[in-house]
Amino acid sequence: MAAMTGNPSLSVNLIADVRQLLAYPFMVHALEAGTIVAVLAAMVGWFMVLRRQSFAGHTLSVMAFPGATGAALAGLPSALGLYLACGAAAVAIGGGGPRQGSSAGRETAAIGTIQTVGLAAGFVFLSLNSAVLGGPETLLFGTFLGVSRGQVLALALVAFAALAALALIGRPLLYATIDPEVAAARGVPVRALNIGFLLLLGLAVAATSQITGALLVFALLVAPAASAQQLTSRPVAGLLLSVVLAVLVVWLALAMAYFSIYPVGFYLTTLALGLHVLIVIGRRIAGRP
Amino acid sequence: MFSHEFVRNAYLSGTFIALACGVVGWFVVLRAQVFAGDALSHVAFVGTIAAALAGVNQQLGLVAATLAVAAAMAALGRRAQADDVVIGMVFAWILGLGMLLITLLSTSAQGGQGTITISALSGSIFGLTASTAWAAAGIGLLATAGVGGAFRPLLFSTLDPELATVHGVPVRALGVAFLAAVALVTAASTEAVGALLLLGLLAAPAGAAHHLTDQPRLGIVLSGLTAVGAMWGGLALSYAIASLPPSSAVIGLAATAYGAAALRARLRGAAGLRRTGRPRIDTQTGRS
Repeated sequence: MAAMTGNPSLSVNLIADVRQLLAYPFMVHALEAGTIVAVLAAMVGWFMVLRRQSFAGHTLSVMAFPGATGAALAGLPSALGLYLACGAAAVAIGGGGPRQGSSAGRETAAIGTIQTVGLAAGFVFLSLNSAVLGGPETLLFGTFLGVSRGQVLALALVAFAALAALALIGRPLLYATIDPEVAAARGVPVRALNIGFLLLLGLAVAATSQITGALLVFALLVAPAASAQQLTSRPVAGLLLSVVLAVLVVWLALAMAYFSIYPVGFYLTTLALGLHVLIVIGRRIAGRP
Repeated sequence: MFSHEFVRNAYLSGTFIALACGVVGWFVVLRAQVFAGDALSHVAFVGTIAAALAGVNQQLGLVAATLAVAAAMAALGRRAQADDVVIGMVFAWILGLGMLLITLLSTSAQGGQGTITISALSGSIFGLTASTAWAAAGIGLLATAGVGGAFRPLLFSTLDPELATVHGVPVRALGVAFLAAVALVTAASTEAVGALLLLGLLAAPAGAAHHLTDQPRLGIVLSGLTAVGAMWGGLALSYAIASLPPSSAVIGLAATAYGAAALRARLRGAAGLRRTGRPRIDTQTGRS
């Protein structure tokens, strides 16, 4: 990246640094896309962490691999493949998984099996058609800095739709998450909400992974939300805090990546983890275990 | 087919890796630690790249990295069981670290990073040398024997940790040792099955066994046999069909076994025959 942009140099003048950052359209696009992705991932991730569905979230994020390789094989646009694969996996996890009353172990076994089947299919697609993709790494780790104007617009549309859907099902979903038995007794469709939420998670992941890569979506889904839940247990405050943290992490990571030769993903995950560790330590010191 | 040395090596390492994955995986599923196993398998991938970068023996780097992370996860979680969010967070960071290492590797003198990452991700069981195959088989056998030897206390401490503690079973130490065994199996299998697909061998045969029987001894044997069967069948299939990667074939068979077992359990459940006497093991309740 450094070679591409001439010679980015960090000075003590912060305003000049920011101006230098925004001078290139690719950086502006990356910041726009990163902000959209951060807001979406933080909101959906807050529910995911509360529902203890990180494993399902990771499985959905991995589905980007068979989605993109399958689409390349079939000659479809890869975004379409991503959405299809994530949607199919969401339905499989939510609907095909064990019913109520079965053990947590069996449920994770089901999710794990779904995940590897997706990956195995991805490797088959890749071996049938290895010329199309630039190796699996770009797919898994993303190209944050190659985002186009159209991609940003498409991303904004998807994020808007997903957040609107989340706002619609937010209250019953929260109820079904916190006390599934009582919610079910009161007539809240717990099972349908679970599938609905997984589909939403799949949508968010498919949108996000086009920017961050399949493997790093996960950092944005888990870390800001978990940090926010450490700080407050009130839903609205937690959601907002999660969004603020995620946006902050993405901006900082992009800026740091711009001024160095190392990849965005490394800064992103390190900042997210570092922030969380700081918050946990801070809470310990403050005397609330 | 067996006249080729590479096929014999593949079957030698594959058999014992699959056996270890099946046996260890049975406990992984019982303890609801599939996500931890998933995280460890990705650590193995990053460990391979780190070893390549540092210029040390790849298997050594793998084993060291997975063992270190297993120990860290056990230390962070309560009752030596890492919790959902902790795993997720460590996991994401390890992947970020992997990205950094790939960048460093591609700019360093070693070069050829594409081959290393791809074979670490998807495995290359038909490309094993005799010595790696023997080493993998040895580690697999060791892990199987370890888990088999500690079968009773491990089962006890998994099903009822409180009662086991009262009876003097070292629950915490067993938890750490078990994660170490998972890490060893992961490290041994990465080169053959690949970091991304390894999880299938841990989860699918074990999940199938848990659907078929509630008897621990029968279940663990069934799980091991299913894994070995999937491995043998998958290797033969991929030998016959050139464009089918071996790991994908193995996972496909293991997942088919899982699907059949789950379907059977569901049909029997619908007929009202189902009842497990096993208490619910829950790592989910531990909020950080």
